[in-house]
Amino acid sequence: MEILSFLAHGLTVALTPTNLGLAVFGCVAGTIVGALPGLGPVNGVAILIPLAFTLGLDPASALILLACVYYGTMYGGRISSIMLNIPGDEPAMMTCLDGYPMARKGKAAEALAISAVASFVGATLSTIGLTLFAPLLVKVAIHFGPAEYFALYVLAFATIGGVTGANPAKTLMAAAFGLALGTVGLDPVSGTARYTFGIFHLFDGFHPIVAIVGLFAISEILVYLEHAHGTHPGAVAVHRAYARLSDLAKAGGAMVRGSLIGFVSGVLPGAGASLGSFLAYAMEKRVSDKQGSFGHGDPRGVAAPEAGNNAAAGGALIPMLSLGVPGSGTTAVLLALLISLNITPGPLLFQKQPDVVWGLIASLYIANVVLLLLNVPLVGLFTRLLTLPMWLLLPTVVMVSFVGVYSINHSTFDLLVMVGFGVLGYLLRKLDIPLVPIVLGLLLGAEMENNYRRALSISGGDASILFDSTIAVSLYAATAALLAIAVVSAIRRHRRR
Amino acid sequence: MFLTKLGRAVGLAAVALPLMAFTPENTECIAPANPGGGWDFTCRTVGKLLVEEKLLANPMQVTNMPGGVGAVAFANVAGKRSDDPNLIVAASTVGITQIAQNKYPAGVDTMRWVAMLGADVGIVMVNKESEIKDLKTLLEMLKKDPTSVVAGGSSGVGGWDHLRLLLLAKKAGMPTDDLKKIRWVQYSGGSDAVTQLMGKHIGVVLTDIGEIAGFLESGDVRPLATMSDERLPAFKDLPTAKEQGYDVTGYNWRGFYMPGKVSDEQYQAWVDMLGKLYKSDAWQQEATAKGLTLIWRGGKEFDGFVRQSEADMRDVSKAIGVIK
Repeated sequence: MEILSFLAHGLTVALTPTNLGLAVFGCVAGTIVGALPGLGPVNGVAILIPLAFTLGLDPASALILLACVYYGTMYGGRISSIMLNIPGDEPAMMTCLDGYPMARKGKAAEALAISAVASFVGATLSTIGLTLFAPLLVKVAIHFGPAEYFALYVLAFATIGGVTGANPAKTLMAAAFGLALGTVGLDPVSGTARYTFGIFHLFDGFHPIVAIVGLFAISEILVYLEHAHGTHPGAVAVHRAYARLSDLAKAGGAMVRGSLIGFVSGVLPGAGASLGSFLAYAMEKRVSDKQGSFGHGDPRGVAAPEAGNNAAAGGALIPMLSLGVPGSGTTAVLLALLISLNITPGPLLFQKQPDVVWGLIASLYIANVVLLLLNVPLVGLFTRLLTLPMWLLLPTVVMVSFVGVYSINHSTFDLLVMVGFGVLGYLLRKLDIPLVPIVLGLLLGAEMENNYRRALSISGGDASILFDSTIAVSLYAATAALLAIAVVSAIRRHRRR
Repeated sequence: MFLTKLGRAVGLAAVALPLMAFTPENTECIAPANPGGGWDFTCRTVGKLLVEEKLLANPMQVTNMPGGVGAVAFANVAGKRSDDPNLIVAASTVGITQIAQNKYPAGVDTMRWVAMLGADVGIVMVNKESEIKDLKTLLEMLKKDPTSVVAGGSSGVGGWDHLRLLLLAKKAGMPTDDLKKIRWVQYSGGSDAVTQLMGKHIGVVLTDIGEIAGFLESGDVRPLATMSDERLPAFKDLPTAKEQGYDVTGYNWRGFYMPGKVSDEQYQAWVDMLGKLYKSDAWQQEATAKGLTLIWRGGKEFDGFVRQSEADMRDVSKAIGVIK
């Protein structure tokens, strides 16, 4: 096994005391950054890049540190999703749907433990995938042209309806609204400004993180202010510190399925962890939600998206390392780091810089073990967050939100946008319009449009190109099948009544 | 008594004047983009090296001000800091295309163009299995039928990658009306475009060589021509477009502008300082490592060059209907 000898070589690089220390530090720092609302993997990695340079680390060590921060943030993102209903980062959004209801039922510790194990399963499976299939998967990714990507996004949007469990009409409205928000900014093809009203700050559109922090964190605070004298549903007692093994076993299938879906989404450049966790949740709901318990604190609804987004994080490293194409925002920052370390990612990286690549892969295995050890026993520490009084917790959330959003672009305009989204989120909550589809529209809509227009540029406006490949047609067939199942089951439910 | 004092004062002033020639202090470089991109690299590398080469006493502060492909920074400098002599802003060909297409709040006259210290070079490439073997075959095919090959790159329609291809086609004798019939696909980066080329989703890619050099070394794509005056040191076997009979260059230069209302003296101080940096070994190493070709244009010469390129781009943009 050639790969095993490479991996053994990588372990000798990763297990030096310095690199091991950096890996542990990266994991801790990443978990903390990920847990803070608004500060996601992109910020975590971007903030710590200067540190790597100041320490004068060699390329392999710098990459190990930052990849561990990256994995750490993916673990950490779930914490505030579960405890506060505020996603710590974009991919952790889906974890809110069942994680927060679990916390409200007093099962915060279980939710955190299950999600930590799910993160471990997802990240480990995808790291194994990265080890085994990196060269092979690159060849598959190449076959994804604009038409195939478009079909993939169609599949994603077709499943939105099944995710939130709210009134379908309201879900549809929310998704359409999110898509509309996604069109703000410079038109990617012609560079024409759309809906910017001459404001240069709007030329790059709405940053998804700014929208998420506004919609979730700020609106949560507004809702609290309204109930200020009543009892806030957030404060619940923690019954047990660990999840039972039987609970974990029940969610095992969800973890494996979520990992596979997340891994594939991660490998496809441009799809990334958000799509991975979203598809993982949507599919899991289709497969296992027999009693309609999803959205009300089903452990499988926590396990699937967490496995999905962590698997996507590993998968996204494949196109970054072997093609130089970032599969997500964070890998784009890692790519910039590689380039500034004079390492050119690309098809030859595995041959030219085996120390860097295999050291990195080996350190990811180590990071996973460290993160699991860090996240399961320390679950109790995180649940203590809930016992903080609201008058202390909420101002802290506001502060972190402002600092986090400001740190993205150093733009005060973004802060205004965030507050605007906060007020909007508050109003939409009052109207029972789900917020998740809005963010999905904003997150996925832009790439969906880009690929649609790329396909049409290739064909000169002939729409038949969209159905011209086996991959695309198979994806449409899967979409149609999913929609058909949804309609049939809805009719059946209706008849039973 | 008074007169002698005055005389001394005048004498002192006369001696002091040359010493008081402008030296930038508390310097700042605005990178009009997020951390990690080309403009960010320009600011950070130049800032770091100016201190290391002892051309600046104190570190240069780097501010990221993304938005509107540089328009936010441009508007900010023009509106709020139009006479700040300690401020430079990273610029490149991309910003000039934006100005030429009226996408900035004001024209090139608003700023003083300091210098360029290097350039990324445009390269034309096809799939390694393509029947197109040289630049001539490609351009003749496009001339015969503009839709026969689909082209792509990292910029949108009317962006620099697209414009460079059209400049080549124009040089090959393609009628102006046909230019806009060439199909152009925009990707978010050069490597994305090359990956799509490898998957045969598009037929030809024109983009900067720096980001995609790895694909050339691995032989995954077939390069047809570089758009430089001379062959690149790292790719000696690769002919230029000029050699193949098409006298067009396509540089994506890296340099700086300053606020428009600084004095000639202040402007010249920066030109001289960057000129010294350009000649240093440290810069030459950093730049080549990033795949940049070393080219210097500074002061008046650079200002004229910027104005000329803006006019050329405006013409092509009009021809393809991007602007009226």
